[in-house]
Amino acid sequence: MSATDHLPETHMAETDAGLLRFLTCGSVDDGKSTLIGRLLFDTKTILADTLSAIERTSHRRGLDAVDLSLLTDGLQAEREQGITIDVAYRYFSTGTRKYIIADAPGHEQYTRNMVTAASTANLAIILIDARKGILTQTRRHSYLAHLMGIPHIVVAINKMDLVDYDQAAFERIRTDYLSFAAHLGIKDIHFIPMSALKGDMVVDRSEQMNWYSGPTLLDVLEKAPTAHSEMDEPFRFPVQFVCRPHKSDDAKLHDFRGFMGRVESGRISIGDAVTVLPSGKQTRVKDIRVLDSSFPHAYAEQSITLLLEDEIDISRGDMIVQSEKSALVTRQLDAMVCWLAETPLDLQRKYLIRQTTRESKAVIATIGFRVDINTLDHIAVERLEMNDIAHISLRLAQPLNIDAYAKNRATGAFIIIDESTNNTVAAGMIL
Amino acid sequence: MSNLAQLPKHTLSHLDWLESESIYILREVAGQCANPALLFSGGKDSIVLLRLAEKAFRPGRFPFPLLNIDTGHNYPELLAFRDYRAAQLGERLIVRSVEDSMRRGTVVLKSPDELRNKHQSVTLLEAIEEFGFDCCIGGARRDEEKARAKERIFSFRDEFGQWDPKNQRPELWDLFNARVHKGENIRAFPISNWTELDVWQYIGREQLEIPAIYFSHQRPIVRRSGLLQPVTELTPAHPGEAIEQMMVRFRTLGDVTCTAPVESDADTLEKIILETASTTITERGATRLDDQTSEASMEQRKKEGYF
Repeated sequence: MSATDHLPETHMAETDAGLLRFLTCGSVDDGKSTLIGRLLFDTKTILADTLSAIERTSHRRGLDAVDLSLLTDGLQAEREQGITIDVAYRYFSTGTRKYIIADAPGHEQYTRNMVTAASTANLAIILIDARKGILTQTRRHSYLAHLMGIPHIVVAINKMDLVDYDQAAFERIRTDYLSFAAHLGIKDIHFIPMSALKGDMVVDRSEQMNWYSGPTLLDVLEKAPTAHSEMDEPFRFPVQFVCRPHKSDDAKLHDFRGFMGRVESGRISIGDAVTVLPSGKQTRVKDIRVLDSSFPHAYAEQSITLLLEDEIDISRGDMIVQSEKSALVTRQLDAMVCWLAETPLDLQRKYLIRQTTRESKAVIATIGFRVDINTLDHIAVERLEMNDIAHISLRLAQPLNIDAYAKNRATGAFIIIDESTNNTVAAGMIL
Repeated sequence: MSNLAQLPKHTLSHLDWLESESIYILREVAGQCANPALLFSGGKDSIVLLRLAEKAFRPGRFPFPLLNIDTGHNYPELLAFRDYRAAQLGERLIVRSVEDSMRRGTVVLKSPDELRNKHQSVTLLEAIEEFGFDCCIGGARRDEEKARAKERIFSFRDEFGQWDPKNQRPELWDLFNARVHKGENIRAFPISNWTELDVWQYIGREQLEIPAIYFSHQRPIVRRSGLLQPVTELTPAHPGEAIEQMMVRFRTLGDVTCTAPVESDADTLEKIILETASTTITERGATRLDDQTSEASMEQRKKEGYF
C-alpha cells in the first residue's frame, strides 16, 4: 500500500450500499424456508446444480412444483427429522448490496437460537400467516427481536394467496400488530402483504395486490439503514492486541507501540482527546494506521491500529474512548440474560464474563424475575434453565467498561462462560 | 421506514466490512489463543487469509506460523507458490505430509488410488499434537456447502478433532469464545461470511498474486461423469477416453485427484470476477469429485476432524 491509499470510506463505490445483516423469524408453517428460497431464487443466487438437486428431491417426494424450502435444508439430522435445529447463515447479493441472512428456527424451545441469530442483525423479518393472524409466536419473536436491540422490523404477512389477496385481512393484522407493538416500544415497523410461494411482493410486485402501493420486501432491504449508521454514537475502541515489534531489524520500529482493534462505534481523528479505561489516563491520538498507511479519521466497524501521544500502560481488554463521552467503569451491573446451556444457572458458582475484549470472574447476586416470553409477564424464580430470559444482577471481580445495551450493542453485550466446560452458557444485555 | 431517504455517509462497502470483520477475528485468535497456526495451502482462500493477516498484524510478525498439510498429490504450481509466498512474507512455514502418516501407518489407504483428501484430517491432528496448537485458522467459507452454513466462526473440536453439529457453542455478537482445555482445540474461520465472488473481488482489489493455474491455460483433459478431469501422471486417461486440449482454469485447488478445472478463457482477474458473477454452477458442484458421494459427505468428514 502507498501513502495515497485511503481507508475504506473513500473507496466506497457509488453503487456499493454496503452489507445488511437480517434475521428471519417464523416456523416452517409460516413459509419461512419458502421465503428465503424465494429471495435467493428471485435474486438469481441459486445456481443450476443446486436447483436441479432440489428439483430431483421435490419430484422424489411427489411434489408438482419445486419446493423452494428445500434450499435451506441443512444438516443430515435436520433432513431426517424435517426440522431446523440450528442457526444457518446464507448469503446473497443484489449487485448494490450484500446480505447475510441468519435463519433461526421458530419454536419456543429454540429461543436461544433466535437470540443468537438476532445478536448480529440490524433488521428482522417476522412472518405471519395471513389466515392465522397474530399468534403467540408472533409476540415471542417480536419481543426477542426488540430485546436484542434490532432497530428495524418487517412484518411479512404471508400466504396472501390463500386469503384471495384480501386487503381487509392484511389491514386487520396490521392494526392488531401495531397495538401490541406500541406496548413493546418497537418504533420502526414495515408491513408487507406477500405470497412467498407465488413470488408476490418479495422481489417482484404482484398484479393480485394492486391495492398495495408500498415497497416490496427487497425494496425495504435495499434501503434499510445498516448498523451504526443512524445514531451519533460515542467512540469506543476495545484493545484486542498490542503490537510492539521491538525485536525488528528496523530501527524506526523500536519505539512502535500500536493498539490494534476495531472501532466498535463512533469515529476518531488524529489529535482527538481520548481516555483509556479502566485506568482513566488521558492522551491524544497520534496516528491511525493500517499497514504502511496513515489515515486522518476512522469510523465504526473499521479495524485499525491506533498510536497515542503518551506512553501509557495499555493491554488487551482495556478500552480507548472519547474523553468527553466516556463509558461507565463498574464492578456491578444489572442485565437481561438468556440462559443458553442445558445445565441450569447455579447461584453458588463463580462464572467468567466476557464483554468486549475483557474478562472478569463474576457471581450472579440475584435473579430479579423471569420473563414469560409468550405473555411478557414477570415471574419470580429461583433458578434459570435453558431458553429462559431473566433480569439478573452481577458482581464482578474486575471492573468492566460498559454502556447500556440499548445505547450501544457492542459495549452493552456480554457472554457468560462456564470455566469447567469452557462452554458459553448465557448471553447478556446490560441495562 | 422513516429514514429510507438517504444512505449514511460512513457505510463501509461490503468488501471493506468483510475485510474488517476478518481482521477482527484474526486479532481475537491472537489475543485469546496461546499457540495458534494458520493453514496455508497456496490456494486462493488462504492467499486472502495471509493478506488479512498482514493488515491485522504488521508492522509486527504474524503471531502464528503457517501450516500446510501436503497430500503428496498437490499441483506443483501450488506448492511452489506456497513456498514463495511464505518466504516473501518472512514467516515460518511448517509442512507435514500425508505420506509421512502413511509411512508411520496412521493413514492406511483402502487402495493405492484412494483419494487422499479425507486422510488430511489424520495428518492435521498429528501436527496439532506435535506442536501443541490450540487453534488452527482456516479459509473455509459458509457459502461453500450446506454443513458449513451452520458452523461457528470459532468452532470447537474435542481431543479427537471431532465436530459435533448438535453440540456447538452458542456464538453471539462478536464475542468469540476460544477457551479450550488441554488437547482440545478451536478451528477459526475468519472468512466464514465471504462468498466465492467476494474472494475474487478482494484478490482483484488488493492485486494479490495467485498461482498461474487459476488463470485460463491449455491442459489435456478427459470428460468423465460430467466433470473435466485433468490428465496427469497421477490421473491418466482411462482406456478408450478421448484426450482433448482445452482452455481451462481452476476455481478451487486441492489434491490433483479430486479437483477438476472448468472450461474458461478468463486470463485476467477482471475476467475471472465477471465469470464468477455470472456462473450458473456452484463452486463445489463444478469442481469437486469428493463431495458428490452423498449430500452429507462434507458433514461426515468434518465430524471426523476435517477442516
